[in-house]
Amino acid sequence: MSFERIKEKLNILADAAKYDISCSSSGSKRANKGGLGNSDGVGICHSYTEDGRCVSLLKILLTNHCIFDCAYCVTRKSNDIKRAAFKIEEVVSLTMNFYRRNYIEGLFLSSGIFKSPDHTMERLVQVAKKLRLEENFNGYIHLKSIPGASDELMQEAGLYADRLSVNIEIPTISGLKLLAPDKKHEDFIKPMEAVKNAIQIYQSEKKIIRSTPKYAPAGQSTQMIVGATGESDRDVMYSAAYYYQKFKMKRVYYSGYIPVTNDSRLPALGSPVPLLRENRLYQTDWLLRFYGFDIRELLNEQHQNLDLDVDPKLSWALRNQNIFPLDINKADKQLLARVPGIGMKSVHKIIEARKFRNLSWEHLKKIGIALNRAKYFITCNSKSFERRDLSPDQIKGFILQNSASKFRDDYGIQLKLFTP
Amino acid sequence: MKTIMSLGYDGTYEGFLTCVFQTFEQNLEVHTITLENLMQASMFGKNEVVITDLEKANRVQNALKKRIAASGTRQLYWVFLSEKEGIEMDLLSYIKLVFKDEKFSTKDFGNHIVLKINQIAKQVHREKHRMEAFVRFKLTHDEIFFATIEPDFNVLPIILPHFEARYADQKWIIYDLNRNFGIFYNLLKTEFINLDFHETFSIDRNNPSIYKASEIEFQKLWQEYFSSTNIKSRKNMKLHLQHVPKRYWKYLTEKSTWQN
Repeated sequence: MSFERIKEKLNILADAAKYDISCSSSGSKRANKGGLGNSDGVGICHSYTEDGRCVSLLKILLTNHCIFDCAYCVTRKSNDIKRAAFKIEEVVSLTMNFYRRNYIEGLFLSSGIFKSPDHTMERLVQVAKKLRLEENFNGYIHLKSIPGASDELMQEAGLYADRLSVNIEIPTISGLKLLAPDKKHEDFIKPMEAVKNAIQIYQSEKKIIRSTPKYAPAGQSTQMIVGATGESDRDVMYSAAYYYQKFKMKRVYYSGYIPVTNDSRLPALGSPVPLLRENRLYQTDWLLRFYGFDIRELLNEQHQNLDLDVDPKLSWALRNQNIFPLDINKADKQLLARVPGIGMKSVHKIIEARKFRNLSWEHLKKIGIALNRAKYFITCNSKSFERRDLSPDQIKGFILQNSASKFRDDYGIQLKLFTP
Repeated sequence: MKTIMSLGYDGTYEGFLTCVFQTFEQNLEVHTITLENLMQASMFGKNEVVITDLEKANRVQNALKKRIAASGTRQLYWVFLSEKEGIEMDLLSYIKLVFKDEKFSTKDFGNHIVLKINQIAKQVHREKHRMEAFVRFKLTHDEIFFATIEPDFNVLPIILPHFEARYADQKWIIYDLNRNFGIFYNLLKTEFINLDFHETFSIDRNNPSIYKASEIEFQKLWQEYFSSTNIKSRKNMKLHLQHVPKRYWKYLTEKSTWQN
């Protein structure tokens, strides 16, 4: 193959694929039977770009030719950009050669929609099939589910892919109408439904017949663009909670909108990417998935948007001071997980360690909890603890004074209110 | 009063376990355990070189397994591989606790030595994971995928199973330049090897006398990919450096400039 031509295509088609943020390579299990590659459940980030994002998969589009004209998308048909398309063999060769050099965990293949959704999906499936059946490749494959693709193709896709995903992109239906008038909400939902059902069927068959093939063992995920259509954090996270519940999503990703076009319906080119907001949304997502929070506790009619100056767990704790302080040596696991400054790993360590002795501040510090936040919410085996009757605003002020955040400039004005 | 002892051993894990055996069997008061060639004459106490004995080492290992299960003994091995100064004595105190304290648990994180061993094991695990991520194979003219590393800890023995499982259909070598040994998989099994690098011999990634022409092209493609997949408007060098500390850059095809 011509390396020069491939290099040019790679430049165009990796550049166009980079706004898809999922880079997860975990959660699958595929043993290597004399061929190349495996996945043992743990993902590996082989590198990190200068924007701090992990590089785990070769993330490319098959082509950036597209028949749709979604306003938020860089490859929309009205955009005047260079177009390119990989041949199936080229994607296979790049994947194999990168994998052999330990650059990647596998392939993440997406595509602009050319001719028709089925035509596009079929090509994606062909790449995965060739890798699995002809090259004996057992690394990770993430395929995009193309909105509007048939159930039969989605069935087949899951037999070769570890993960399937369809990006919902715009969290609200009204936003979708505004920015992608030729796409229908149902077109996104249909492949999700097909994949969810297939996963359930294969899993229950596997219980009876052990030789049942794997179907999308790493599940499915989706992505939402944040900050393109004026939606609230509540809109975003309620949608996310819905997809987690309804479609058993492994992950929902949040992508702060990066202006790629001058369109009066969207933030102007050069507007800053809402990185802090994106960060708060991910923190909220973690609280839902690992910390036992219900989304209605964090966002509701009274709190439609997350605080920018403090993380959502601290924000929740300040609104619910009545349940604190908790005794570290007695409190339930579920309650410990709600203390600001204590992560799940520390919760497990505390639960184990306190079986042997009552824990003091010294123990907690060594275990690695963030005392500068936690100390206002807990007591332990010590006579000294926060005795003052502090208001939520006072606590917030103290915590902000004693912490550093790379986002401080973004909320510097608000911060001054709390500095005594 | 018991004599205070300094034990020397050959640097192997079995050698260390033999020292542990001897400590218990002879009820020694051990002050230091070091590599035999680093032993210093001491004003107080006595020096003794312990000869590695696989049978004794196994007895300690099996006794440990009964008390703290396979995961516990693996943790001790990993901590040993950290090669931190004085780590042998920390391990010995830990092992004494295991055998002497009825209520001993590997999860008693309020105990400082248990917590310390746990935290060092985590550091070693992190280095192991980094090496599994940062190894960059380069294809040589004799069809071997070759990589060099200089890990902070001696993780080569524990990354071996990962690479063996994954790269089963290609020959490969991963060589630890600091410790001067490597692992070579020849399609059948993996062996430990030593290589002599001549001073004039350059293993630079773009040396055409060692690597195939296509190898150098794939390196360029990878660099192209790496720069195309970056989003400039989200640049965050602090986060970047946190994930890829500078000391690892030299292995990373995508991080080093082409002309060197």
